[in-house]
Amino acid sequence: MAQIVLDGVTVTAPGDDETTILGETSLRLTERRIALIGGNGSGKSTLARLLNGLTAPATGSVRVDDLDTVRDGAAVRRRVGFVFTDPDSQLVMPTCAEDVALSLRRTRLPKAERRERAVEILGTYGLAHLADVSVHSLSGGQKQLLAVAGVLATDPDVIVADEPTTLLDLHNTRRIADLLFGLRQQVVLVTHDLELATRCDRALVIAGGVIAFDGDPAEAAASYRESVSR
Amino acid sequence: MTASLLGMYRPGTTVVHRLAVGPKLATLAAFAVAVTLLRGPWSALCFLAAAVAVALWARIGVRATARAMRPILFLATVFAGFQLWRVGWPLAVEVAGDLLSLVLLAVVVTATTPTDDVIDAITRACEPLRRFGVDPERVGLAIALMMRAVPDILDIASQTRDAAKARGLERDPRALLVPLALRTVARARATGDALAARGIVDD
Ligand SMILES: Nc1ncnc2c1ncn2[C@@H]1O[C@H](COP(=O)(O)OP(=O)(O)OP(=O)(O)O)[C@@H](O)[C@H]1O
Ligand SMILES: [Mg+2]
Repeated sequence: MAQIVLDGVTVTAPGDDETTILGETSLRLTERRIALIGGNGSGKSTLARLLNGLTAPATGSVRVDDLDTVRDGAAVRRRVGFVFTDPDSQLVMPTCAEDVALSLRRTRLPKAERRERAVEILGTYGLAHLADVSVHSLSGGQKQLLAVAGVLATDPDVIVADEPTTLLDLHNTRRIADLLFGLRQQVVLVTHDLELATRCDRALVIAGGVIAFDGDPAEAAASYRESVSR
Repeated sequence: MTASLLGMYRPGTTVVHRLAVGPKLATLAAFAVAVTLLRGPWSALCFLAAAVAVALWARIGVRATARAMRPILFLATVFAGFQLWRVGWPLAVEVAGDLLSLVLLAVVVTATTPTDDVIDAITRACEPLRRFGVDPERVGLAIALMMRAVPDILDIASQTRDAAKARGLERDPRALLVPLALRTVARARATGDALAARGIVDD
């Protein structure tokens, strides 16, 4: 598993360094499956985005296998894939095969092979029949599956997923969750689904920009539930 | 759902599909110049006929094309109506004909060319600009993204119109324009984030 190390990290609001949105946090994330839970606006996405340098820390450092997310941003992003809540913002090409092929551009494969490889990857996720179909015409579940396929296409070591199932129905939630839990990669999963969180090896509860609990997922879920009912 | 054809590749085997990307884009550019330079209703009608002929030749589907053209058809009618009232029918025909033929040919080109090929062609064409600090790969990607953004923005516009209608605000331009602008910017930022996360705009 990758070594993700946060060392004295704080995050402030962009354009306003007086407002802290993540208080000083030091963490070492090495488990295979890690859940981040907490209420709306608690700072889950902020923490998730730190892990591949989409958000830069105001103080401290974030390192993935000793690569600094700010200094070695490109190398970190090759290692850490990110799945967003809304696949519409992640899918950028008109057809499914083209979108996966776009991920493969940085592999420097020749174009014909890129397309072949893209169709092959779609096949792995049961999407081969949609290769030349418009991304616009997919269902929400298919879109999210395609988004995950596009991220996995470049074979990263870590997948950070920010509420990947929030927009999905029960069936597709299960499909995406089973896919994520079945990966060889390390997975950091932001979720409001406590059932999913308890399938992880470790869970962090975030409240008001600080880590309120860190440890066993069942206990984490209980502590989060209790904090809500208080 | 507004399934615009702009930015939507539909595989096929017609001559138009098989034409190399470079000549195809060059033809589109030449057509655009000719349409803008040649005045008068008759040339506009000729251009429109030519664009329709190419669309039929490329077999991109009458119904899908009509659907993709609907917003432009609406715009063309508004412009033509205005010219008819202010100037007269020749200018009205010219304006509508020019607009429709240009957009139609652009639709045909994007529908018959894989986006990847468009990116590569533009990247190659911009290669000489590298020495002025331009990153050709980035320019190619930016243009492909602009093509892809068109159906997205139309989608957002129709959702915004529905939301305004639901609140009884459909006559208030602020209820349409402000959310449309904010959501378009938010979508652009999210796409930028996603590209960065996928390592596509790095190095
Ligand atoms: N660009 C920004 N400018 C100012 N404040 C921001 C910005 N982005 C986030 N915040 C603030 O930081 C806090 C944490 O936001 P974050 O998106 O990390 O929350 P979250 O836990 O992911 O919430 P949700 O469950 O709604 O996704 C929020 O209070 C939010 O208002
Ligand atoms: Mg969030």
